[in-house]
Amino acid sequence: MYGLLWRALPGPRWVRAVLVLVLVLAVVGVCFEWVFPAIAPYVPFNETTVGDQ
Amino acid sequence: MSRAGNAARTATGVLGELLITLGVLLLLFVAWQLWWTDVRADMAQGERTDQLQQQWGGFEPDDLPDPAEPVDPGEPPVLPELAAGEAFGIVHVPRFGQGYQPRPVIEGTSQDLLKDGVGHYPGTALPGAVGNVALAGHRVTYGKPFNQVEELVEGDAVVLETEQAWFTYRVTTTKIVNPRDVDVIAPVPGDPTAVPTERMLTLTTCHPMFSARERYIVHAVLETWQPRSAGEPVALTQGAG
Repeated sequence: MYGLLWRALPGPRWVRAVLVLVLVLAVVGVCFEWVFPAIAPYVPFNETTVGDQ
Repeated sequence: MSRAGNAARTATGVLGELLITLGVLLLLFVAWQLWWTDVRADMAQGERTDQLQQQWGGFEPDDLPDPAEPVDPGEPPVLPELAAGEAFGIVHVPRFGQGYQPRPVIEGTSQDLLKDGVGHYPGTALPGAVGNVALAGHRVTYGKPFNQVEELVEGDAVVLETEQAWFTYRVTTTKIVNPRDVDVIAPVPGDPTAVPTERMLTLTTCHPMFSARERYIVHAVLETWQPRSAGEPVALTQGAG
């Protein structure tokens, strides 16, 4: 899977490495900004109140 | 190697990579939850506190009254009705140490609002009023305002700062309750039908840490209050105590 991705990227080795880094950072950014905040309410250690919320 | 064998090897390889990816994503989630939400919330909550203090105006440290001279506090000023999400106070807890950043108090206790600071249960008393001022805060994540809640002991100060005044509450009891035990935030804690005569404060947060199984509760009672112009109360200038 990742081998295919590596081969699909253009350019010499260092260009591909930079591209991979950019892709990884993009994935992390999307997760931190949108994906994780959406999942967080379902994780139990965020509940601090008494009663029904 | 046969064609079928190759296909099986490829499938196993892809599955392995997927599993590793999933593992890395889970670790990332933990890092985000336990570290990044704190970084973001600390910044946002600190800014909000500064904004409030600027908006309310300062006080001259030189004007501090003589702590030895008792001031007759009289009837405390009580805030008007609040809109959800409105920041109306700042909570200071000397016991949590010098490094503890005072937290904004927001009207409302939804998950979203608790990212902005400490939440005030709508319908409970407002600072200084007769009844029970109930506040909820995160113990882990999102700036974890009540992270050190277990360090609070009887007699510790919890100070609420508002536009008009400083309210010094003293801790009376701490306990661990079931999450459904709403009586702890009743005007008279534990007795929802009683008519309140005392001015109380109740903090709620999760217990044990990282769990939603129980809630940690701190009850406190108003010791004194002073107008904002009088400067920080003794409980804050003397540090933990």
